[in-house]
Amino acid sequence: MRKLIFGLFIAILPALGLAAGAAVPLDIMEPDHTNKASLQRGAALFTNYCMGCHSMEYARYKRVSEDLEIPASLYEENLIFTGAKIGELMKVSMSKEQSAGWFGAPPPDLTLESRLRGESWIYSYLRGFYKDDTRPLGVNNVVFANVGMPHVLVDMQGLCAVEPRIGKGASVDPLSGNINNADACPEYAIEGSMSAAEFDRSMYDLTNFLSYMGDPVKVERERLGVFALIFVAIFFIFAYLLNREYWKDVH
Amino acid sequence: MQKLVSWIDERLPIVDAWNKHIGKYYAPKNFNMWYFFGSLAMLVLVNQLITGIWLTMSYNPTAEGAFASVEYIMRDVEWGWLLRYLHSTGASAFFVVVYLHMFRGLMYGSYQKPRELIWIFGMLIYLILMAEAFMGYLLPWGQMSYWGAQVIVNLFGAIPVIGEDLSLWIRGDYLISGITLNRFFALHVVALPIVLLGLVVLHILALHEVGSNNPDGIDIKKNKDENGIPKDGIPFHPYYTVHDLMGVGVFFFIFFIVVFFFPEGGGLFIEAPNFEPANALKTPDHIAPVWYFTPFYAMLRAVTVDLFGLDAKFWGVVVMGGAIAILFVLPWLDKSPVRSMRYKGWISRIALAIFVVSFVVLGYLGIVPATEGRTIVAQILTTLYFLYFILMPFYTRIEKTKPVPERVTG
Repeated sequence: MRKLIFGLFIAILPALGLAAGAAVPLDIMEPDHTNKASLQRGAALFTNYCMGCHSMEYARYKRVSEDLEIPASLYEENLIFTGAKIGELMKVSMSKEQSAGWFGAPPPDLTLESRLRGESWIYSYLRGFYKDDTRPLGVNNVVFANVGMPHVLVDMQGLCAVEPRIGKGASVDPLSGNINNADACPEYAIEGSMSAAEFDRSMYDLTNFLSYMGDPVKVERERLGVFALIFVAIFFIFAYLLNREYWKDVH
Repeated sequence: MQKLVSWIDERLPIVDAWNKHIGKYYAPKNFNMWYFFGSLAMLVLVNQLITGIWLTMSYNPTAEGAFASVEYIMRDVEWGWLLRYLHSTGASAFFVVVYLHMFRGLMYGSYQKPRELIWIFGMLIYLILMAEAFMGYLLPWGQMSYWGAQVIVNLFGAIPVIGEDLSLWIRGDYLISGITLNRFFALHVVALPIVLLGLVVLHILALHEVGSNNPDGIDIKKNKDENGIPKDGIPFHPYYTVHDLMGVGVFFFIFFIVVFFFPEGGGLFIEAPNFEPANALKTPDHIAPVWYFTPFYAMLRAVTVDLFGLDAKFWGVVVMGGAIAILFVLPWLDKSPVRSMRYKGWISRIALAIFVVSFVVLGYLGIVPATEGRTIVAQILTTLYFLYFILMPFYTRIEKTKPVPERVTG
């Protein structure tokens, strides 16, 4: 019977890998929700570069400001551009009808993007833009072919002249912040303000922020989980002793 | 206190009921770990009911508001994330314990005379549970909710003549819409739980009428002492209540690991496409039902030939329905003179092993996209699944069984 349970486990293992479900090779990104500095930088990047089009309409500014330890006054001053109150949902002012006309499809809400596609996908996608004159906006993406989104980070990254080598192991070490294998793009058509390593680190922060937004309670949940398991373990000891006491005379 | 009890007891037989079902319900003393899953199923049922009630308080059953209200529960409602993860993980846990509970029945012949009705009530519970899970999965109104429901409801359309009208009647619309969501919500939170609870009561009443089976499959009521108490029996309370408490501890340990650390169950309990709101104009690349349905889904896809002028899809539905229906008649397929696998012959053991492997591998095949090779494997395994039942009257009759002891062992 133990073999059976083991067999059952083995049988579902391949399905676990399936969740990512991407055919495109990706650079691995390991989020770290305890790294508040990274999340704060990610929040600033997201607000400045993404939130013109992409909403986070299931989340509230206040929660972000509290979780990321950004004082409410500072947050309202620097990270809310729509005139919304801090307790409101993080919506954008652009209407879906307009944006559908401009980009072919309305930019999706990104609250849950990290759980829909995974952090590695986002991290690779953000670094996957390259020059492609056959596309209406002049850019294409190796992770999301023929994407309708313009390369909004071009002033930082620059524009890669050829398809960047995504999925060859470029990553940020979350502990040291070191960049491994940053030279995904061998040749730039437009030079950006950041070096490849700096840009990768920024995209790590941005992805980390998106990861946090998808699952804001993760740190707290895992902290409580430890206590829940300790409680159950102690409960089990007492249940075991009680059971042994009752059953000791039964033969 | 004593006076209060006797006051009530004169008007309502509570002492009698307690003794009949708990205090003096004599269960065999040789239960092993396979006997935890019945009470654990009850535990999960209670979990689903309680978390479900609280989720209902903040959930909005409309096509416009459902998805956002689930995220509202996850982000803004105090402990909402915990309630939801307990509920979503509980759904999968329910099927885990129910499958193990059913396997126990297969292994120890718990469906055999005189426990046929217990088995049938149990199968009805399983059936309602599947309907409950299916309708519940639509409620978050994500992409997989939507398209999973679309695929399953469309299956009814494969039935000749009435099919199209039938699926239209179920949906209440020409496609899955807010109308479907409303009725699934009503069925999920009101109608089906009532039926489920009624069936659980019947399942337990029927069990307590004839008494529990045990790993040896012998009738403990044949050996009674001078007081009429089975020699191998032991009062359910306190012996099995304290025993089950241990099982509850182990269960919660595993359950909480999932709830607190892997609430998506690696994409098996909450599928990734469900983090995108339902969109009738955008079909996901790969539609897979939740893991507990996948063995039957694999059987559905395994049928690829048109027969008697009806297309393969219809026969797939027939096979899928048959796979569940055949379980109902199991008590009359097993002709063995013994109940437990311990005393049955080697053919029964191998048959059960093949059956389990078929079911598990079919479950895997139902998750992954179909390929030509996988379809052939699924066809073979579907055949094996049915052969387990169809050949049972023969192999259980001809095989050599071992002598069953008078008293329980171990």
